[in-house]
Amino acid sequence: MTSTAGVVVVGGGQAAFSVVSTLRASGYDAPVTVFAAEPHLPYQRPPLSKAAHTEPDGLRVELVPESFYRERNIDLRLGDHVVALDTAAATVVSRTGARVPYAHLVLATGARNRPLPVPGAELDGVHALRSVDDALTIGRALTTARDVVVVGGGFIGLELARVALTRGARVTVVELADRLLSRAVSRELELPLRERHEHAGVRVLTGTGVRALEGPGRVERVVTDREVLPADLVVYGIGAIPRDDLAREAGLAVDDGVVVDEQLRSVTDSRISAVGDCARHPHPNVEGLVRLESVQNAIDQGTLVGRRIAGSPASYESLPWFWSDQGDLKLQIAGLRSPSDEVRLVPGDSPERLAGYAFRDGLLVAVETLNWPAEHLAARRLLERRTPILAGDLAGPTLGALARARRAAEVRA
Amino acid sequence: MPTVIFQLPDGTERKVIAASGTVLMQAAVSGGVEGIVAECGGNASCATCHVYVDSAQAELVGPPNDVEDEMLDFTAAERRPTSRLSCQIHLSDALDGLVVHVPEEQV
Repeated sequence: MTSTAGVVVVGGGQAAFSVVSTLRASGYDAPVTVFAAEPHLPYQRPPLSKAAHTEPDGLRVELVPESFYRERNIDLRLGDHVVALDTAAATVVSRTGARVPYAHLVLATGARNRPLPVPGAELDGVHALRSVDDALTIGRALTTARDVVVVGGGFIGLELARVALTRGARVTVVELADRLLSRAVSRELELPLRERHEHAGVRVLTGTGVRALEGPGRVERVVTDREVLPADLVVYGIGAIPRDDLAREAGLAVDDGVVVDEQLRSVTDSRISAVGDCARHPHPNVEGLVRLESVQNAIDQGTLVGRRIAGSPASYESLPWFWSDQGDLKLQIAGLRSPSDEVRLVPGDSPERLAGYAFRDGLLVAVETLNWPAEHLAARRLLERRTPILAGDLAGPTLGALARARRAAEVRA
Repeated sequence: MPTVIFQLPDGTERKVIAASGTVLMQAAVSGGVEGIVAECGGNASCATCHVYVDSAQAELVGPPNDVEDEMLDFTAAERRPTSRLSCQIHLSDALDGLVVHVPEEQV
């Protein structure tokens, strides 16, 4: 048993996987240990709220098989989690009593669901979704549920609403804000998106608070500000809270996430990094610090830290992007919009397609698309290259046309 | 079940036995083929599972679907006549022995 200190990763999600696979792909050959609290191999979360749990027996979401870790000598400790960091001794302590020294520690602890702060939230038939086990539970509940109330009109809520609809339930979405997806998309794009959900059969109540869930042990009703809704299944998705407790208890700087520098190192202790949902970091597209919850961010941050530890440091400046499949709606966002940006809505080349271009000081900063992956990809390519796109450039042609024209010009040049 | 061969940019190759009913992207990811990122998990959302089908087999595999065709114009590595998104290639015994080339970059 060697006692050489290598990399210890706390957490077993997409970001953790990205760190360890990058380390080995980059030639790092010291010990690598992963503490994954769940009993499952690291898996993908995006499918859980989309289509996968419509087939609860066939939920295959693991990122790679167990042999991947074995072949690369990655010590994957499933079902064990770290309970304390001893930064002075550079050692972690796990629930089962394991003590593992580290040369580098990576926090990839993710986030937990914000709890529903109303009476009755503990009733049977009330679920939040984060893990694969939650997805299986909700998938089973949907086989009998008739009246489904979704609390929260964000990505997860709307994805689940459309899944429930396809399973034959009556579905109502209850959102406290005056519109859907208030943090994620512009007001301009939200209107057509809401219309499409309503047209598909989802009842949408915005500006509506939930006061209580009621029933004799099992939920039967949702009491809102406006009316009482019958419900035999309630799912809620009202945001997430970063799991930063370990870092806080160890004395690291924490502010709604572990505070890290541009290379994703803790500002308190440079032997510790944080990646994914639990990291609050600088980004060239924003003033101050930002915390992002997305697969892209988890993968890219994990890759950056894996490469840095293996000897190739860089600053984190990946273009953020997001996507959400809500029934027949594929919503994609490239870049980070701020509420004061001016958004111009542009119809696509077929009725189901739509794009929203967000401009700040006349420059394109973000693009929202519905059912238009090519336009989304064109936006990513142009925004990643920091090609300045002016509002006038988009008076007519799509970004796709613009990107093709510029690529053709480059080839000729 | 079909065996597929991934030719990597460094000249090495990886042989993967695909599970039934899967797509090529899943076979790559399950087989630990580096260079197939598949950020979106196979939803035709990201174009990070781009591959070049071996030209001898391109006809057997078939052309991209409409959405995929548009997306292929914006892959990180150059588009070639046999470019496909591997999440859109459904594997069957007819594709046993399929050879695909993994591009230099995906993102």
